[in-house]
Amino acid sequence: MSTATKRALLRPIVDDNPVTLHVLGICSALAVTTSLLPSLYMCVALTVVAALSNAAVSAIRHILPSSIRIIVQMTIIASLVIVVDESLKAFAFETSRELSVFVGLIITNCIVLGRTESFASKNPVGLSFLDGIGNGLGYSTILILVATARELLGAGTLLGYTIFPNAADGGWYKPNGMMLLPPSAFFVIGLIIWAVRTWKAEQVEKPDFRIHEVHRTEAL
Amino acid sequence: MPEPSQASGAKADTVARTLLVALFVSLLCSSLVASAAILLKPRQVENAIVEMRRNILEVAGLWAPDAEVDALFESIEPRVVDLETGAYADDMDPESYDPVEAAKDPTQSVEIPSGIDVAKLGRRAKHARLYLVRRDGELSKIILPISGYGLWSTLYGFLALEADGNTVSDITFYAHGETPGLGDFIVKPAWRELWRGKRAFDDSGALELRVVKGRVSADDPLADYHVDGVSGATLTGNGVSNIIEYWLGDHGYGRFLDKIRTGGGS
Repeated sequence: MSTATKRALLRPIVDDNPVTLHVLGICSALAVTTSLLPSLYMCVALTVVAALSNAAVSAIRHILPSSIRIIVQMTIIASLVIVVDESLKAFAFETSRELSVFVGLIITNCIVLGRTESFASKNPVGLSFLDGIGNGLGYSTILILVATARELLGAGTLLGYTIFPNAADGGWYKPNGMMLLPPSAFFVIGLIIWAVRTWKAEQVEKPDFRIHEVHRTEAL
Repeated sequence: MPEPSQASGAKADTVARTLLVALFVSLLCSSLVASAAILLKPRQVENAIVEMRRNILEVAGLWAPDAEVDALFESIEPRVVDLETGAYADDMDPESYDPVEAAKDPTQSVEIPSGIDVAKLGRRAKHARLYLVRRDGELSKIILPISGYGLWSTLYGFLALEADGNTVSDITFYAHGETPGLGDFIVKPAWRELWRGKRAFDDSGALELRVVKGRVSADDPLADYHVDGVSGATLTGNGVSNIIEYWLGDHGYGRFLDKIRTGGGS
C-alpha cells in the first residue's frame, strides 16, 4: 500500500477521526446507538454513501463548475442516500424501522459533504473512494464503541444476546436505564474524546479564549 | 476554492457548461433513484404485508417469534363489514378488497362530515376489513383497523376487542411518524399493557374510552375507561383519543359493534 492510500484509508480511524477530532456526525451517533445492531447498519450505510459520493464527485471534478458544486454534491449524496434507504427497507425491514429517519438524515451528515468538498473535489477517484471508506470506518469505530457501551450497560445484552443476566429475570445485573436515553451517548462520546486526546495529545485544541484572573473588585 | 476551475480554465464556469452539467447530474441521479424505487418496490410491499399481518397476530395475542407469519395467519378470519349498516358484506372477497385504495376511490368511499372528523381522515372507505379470531369455533376477539392523525403523522394500527365488543384486549400501531423518544410511546409494550381490560362503552352505550392527560387518578369514576397519557406527548395522546372517538363512533365501527353487543354478530 502506498503512503497516500494508507493515509486516506487509515488516518480517519484515530488520527483524523471525523467524530472525535472534528466532532461531526454527532446527531446520528446520539440517535441510533441505543443498541448495536441498528448501529452496525448505520455504519454500513454511512460508509457506502461516503465512499460512493466521494468517488462520484471526484469523477466529475474537472467538469464541475464551481458555482454549482455544492448543490451538485448534495444531489449526488441525496440520491445515494435514497438508494441505501430503499435497499434497507427492502432487505433489512426490521432494522430500517428502528433507524427510521436517521438513514435519510445521512444527507445532512457533515462527514459526507465535508469529505466530498474538502477531499474528493481535489483528488483522484480511487483515492477519494478510499478516503470515503476510511472516514466511514472512523465514524463506525466510534459508533460501535458507543453502541456497545450503551447496549451492554443499558440492557445487559449485545446484539440481543444476554451478556449480563438481568436482575428482573433472576440474574445479577440491574440495567442502567439512563444509558438508553440520548444524553448518555454524549457522555460516552465525551469520554472517548477525552481518552483519545490523552493518548494523542496533539489533537488537543488551543483554547479560543483564556479566562483571565478576576480581581475581587471586578467580581463585585 | 477547489482545483477543477484551474484544470479547465474559466471555461468550466460558462452558463452553458453549468446548465449542461446540472442537467447531466440531475438525469443520472433521478434515473438512479427511480430505478432503485421501482426494482425494490415488490420486496417492500411484501415486507409491509408481513409486518401488517405480524401486527394483527400480535394484537390478537397469537404471535410467536419463531413461527412463520403466514402459517399463523391461517387462524385469523378476515371479514368485510359495511360500516353504514354494520352488517357483514359477504359478497365481497376480504382477500382482494383493499380498504386503503377504496378510501381514495370516490365511488367506494364517503366523505366524513367535518364535525365528526376528529381523526382528520377526510374520507373513509364504505367497507372496512376487520379480522375475527375464533377459539374452538367461538368468537374470541375482534380486531379493528384504526387510523388517524396524531401530532405529525397519520397513525395506522389495530384495536383488539374481546368478543363482547366492549372490553379492550390490546392496541397496536404499525406505522406512525411521531417524535422518536416521546410520541412513540404508543408502540411501547408498557403503555399497551395499560389498555388491557379497559372498557369502551359505559352501560348506557356512550363511548368513554380515551387517553387522559397525565396519569389516571385513583378516584376517577371513569378509571375503567381512561388510559394514562405521557407528559411531553399530550398531542399524540389526544390523537389516539380522537382515533378511538371516530372509529368506535357511529360513523366508524359503532353500528357493527352495536350488533355484536346485542348478540347479532357471529
